[in-house]
Amino acid sequence: MAISPSSIEQVIPGQGAMAQPSAAPARAKRRRFRFLANAKAATGVAILAGYCLLAVIGPWVAPYDPDARSGDVLQAPSARHWFGTTHLGQDIFSQILVGTRSVMVVGLVAGLLATILSILIGVTAGYLGGAADEGLSALSNVFLVIPALPLIIIVTSIVEQASDTLVALIIGFTSWAWGARVLRAQTLSLRRRDYVEAARATGERTGRIILFEILPNLTAIIASGFVGTVIFAVMSEITLAFIGISSVSSWNWGTILFWAQGQQALAQGAWWWFVPAGLAIALLGTALALINFGIDEFVSPRLRSGGRTRIRTADGRTARMRVGFTPVLAPARTVPSPRGKEVTK
Amino acid sequence: MRFLLQRTAFYLFTAWAAITLNFFIPRLVPGDPVQSLISRNQGRISADAIQSLRVLFGLDKNENVWQQYLDYWRQLCHGDLGLSFTFFPTPVSTVIGDSLLWTVCLVGITTVVSFLLGTALGVGAGWRRGSWVDGLLPATTFLSSIPYFWLGLVAIAVFTGPGSFFPSSGGYEPGLVPAFDQYFVPSAIKHSVLPAATILVSSMSGWILSMRNMMVTVSSEDYITVAHAKGLPERRVALSYAARNALLPNVSGFALSLGFIVGGTLLVEIVFSYPGLGYQLFQAVGYKDYPLMQGIFLIITISVLVANLLADVAYLLLDPRTRKS
Repeated sequence: MAISPSSIEQVIPGQGAMAQPSAAPARAKRRRFRFLANAKAATGVAILAGYCLLAVIGPWVAPYDPDARSGDVLQAPSARHWFGTTHLGQDIFSQILVGTRSVMVVGLVAGLLATILSILIGVTAGYLGGAADEGLSALSNVFLVIPALPLIIIVTSIVEQASDTLVALIIGFTSWAWGARVLRAQTLSLRRRDYVEAARATGERTGRIILFEILPNLTAIIASGFVGTVIFAVMSEITLAFIGISSVSSWNWGTILFWAQGQQALAQGAWWWFVPAGLAIALLGTALALINFGIDEFVSPRLRSGGRTRIRTADGRTARMRVGFTPVLAPARTVPSPRGKEVTK
Repeated sequence: MRFLLQRTAFYLFTAWAAITLNFFIPRLVPGDPVQSLISRNQGRISADAIQSLRVLFGLDKNENVWQQYLDYWRQLCHGDLGLSFTFFPTPVSTVIGDSLLWTVCLVGITTVVSFLLGTALGVGAGWRRGSWVDGLLPATTFLSSIPYFWLGLVAIAVFTGPGSFFPSSGGYEPGLVPAFDQYFVPSAIKHSVLPAATILVSSMSGWILSMRNMMVTVSSEDYITVAHAKGLPERRVALSYAARNALLPNVSGFALSLGFIVGGTLLVEIVFSYPGLGYQLFQAVGYKDYPLMQGIFLIITISVLVANLLADVAYLLLDPRTRKS
C-alpha cells in the first residue's frame, strides 16, 4: 500500500504524546491551547463563540419582537431597522437574532447525538471485529449510501409541525454513519499497535482499553466528525424550515427564507429579506469548516500551507521548495549544484 | 470481478433496506390519510386504486405485518407506487417518470462535471502548495458553506429579470412540447444554465480541497522523490505519479458522498421551479402527498445506488490492485 487514504496515519506520534495523562500541569496547559495557535482554527472558534453568545442573549437584545407587525412594510435597511422589514413590517434583524438560538441548539444537539452514536458503533465495530464488525459496518454503509436529506424530509413531514428537539433527534439519528466509518477504520489500525497489545497483555479489561487507550487517540477524528455533523445538521434544519416542513411558528434562519420565498421577495426586489440569513448561514458554515481545517492541520502538519516557498538563492536563482526537498542555498562564492537544490529525504 | 460482485451484493442489500424503510415509514403516519382522500373523491376513484393505496399505507387491519410486507413487494414488482394526491388521479410512477430525466440531466451531469473540474483544480493547488493558490482556499470554503438553494436565490435576483437572457424558473419555454427538436432542446439548455452554475459553484470547492490535501500527502512519498531524482519532467511527476495515486481516495470519497450531494442539489430545483424530482418532492410535501414522497425517495435512493456502482467500476479501472485479487 503506497498511499494512506487520509492523513490518519500521521496522527499517531503527536497524539500519543497528547494522550499521556502524567504531564506536568504547566505543560499541559500550554499544549491545550496550541490548537488555537493555528490562525484558521482561532478564527473559526472566535466566530463560533460569537454565534453561541448570540444564541444565548439573542432574544434579549433583539430590538423588536420578531412577530410584532408595524406600519413599516417592506422597508429597506435603515437606522431603525438594520436589516429592513418584511411584508408585515416585522424587523428582520430581530428575527435573525432570535433565530440563532434554534439553529445553534439543533446543530449542537444533533451533532452530539450523531457523534455519540458514531463512537459507539464505529469503535465497537473496529475493536471487536468479526461478525459484529461485519454487521455494524454494513449498517453504517447503508445509512451512508441512502440519501440523508430526502429521508429526513419524509420523516419530518410525517410529524405535524415538528419541534426543534424532534428535528435535532431525526437529524442526529440519520447522520452518524460517516463518523462511524472513519472511526472504525482508525480503530482497526490502532487495535494492533504495540501499546494496545501491551495493555491487553497486562490484563486490562476491554472497556478500559477502549476508554483509556484507544479513545484518547481518536480525539481529533471525533472532533472533526462532530464539527462536520454540526454543519450538516444546521444545513438540514434550515432546509427543512425553508421548505416549510418544520414548525413555522418558531424562528430560525430557514423560516425567514421560507417567508421571503413565499412572499416573492425576489420579484419585489427585497434583497434585504434573504441576504442576511444566507450570509449568517455561510459565515457559520465557514467558521465550522475552518475549525475542521485547523484540526486537520493540527493532526497532519503537512497540510499546513507554509509561508513562502520560493526562495532566492545567493546567485540570484529562485528555488521552489517542495515536500521532500530542502533547497541548499549555496554561499555566494561556491558553485551551486546544477538545479539549485538538493535532495534530502 | 469478485470486488464488483461484492459491491453489487451490498447495493442490493441497501436497496432492500431502503425499500423496507419505505414500507415502515407510512405506518407511522397518524390518522388515515387514504380515507380522507377517498371520501373527498367519492366515486372518482376506482376500487383497484383504493386497494393499492391501502397496501401502501398498511390499512388492511385484517392482515398481519408480514402479509402486508409481501403485498407491498408484489405491488412494487409491478411498478405500482400508488396514486399521487397532488396530481390525482395520475399514478406516482408516471409523475416520477416525467421528472426523472430532468433531474438525471441536471444533477447527474453537473455532479460529475464538478467532481472532474474540482479534482483537476485540486491537483494544481496541491502540487503548487505554498503559492498564491493557497490564498484562494478560504474563498472556496466560504462558497461551499453557502446552502445551494440560497445561492440559487441570489443567482435569480442578480441574473434574471425583465429583458435578461436567463429565465428565472421552469425547465423550458412554456408553450413548447417536450421533444428532441430544434426548438425544445436549446430552450431546455438555456433554462438549465443558471441551476447548473449554482450547483457547480457550491459543490466544486469540496473536491478542490480534498484533492489538494491528497496531493500534499502523496507528494511526500518516496516514489515521488525518486521520480524527481530520475530527472523526469515536472509535469509527468505531477500527473502520472502524484495525481494518479491521489485520485483513488477521491474517487471512493465521491462514491460515498453521492447521497449527500444529491440531497442538496435537489433543493436547487425547488428554487428554480425546475421540473425534476426535487421540485416534485417539494410539491408533494406541501400537499402531504405521501405516496409521491415515498416513490421519489425510493427512486432517488436507487439512482444513487446505481451511480455508486458506476463509481465502483471507475475505481476498478483506475486501481490495478482491485483487479488482481
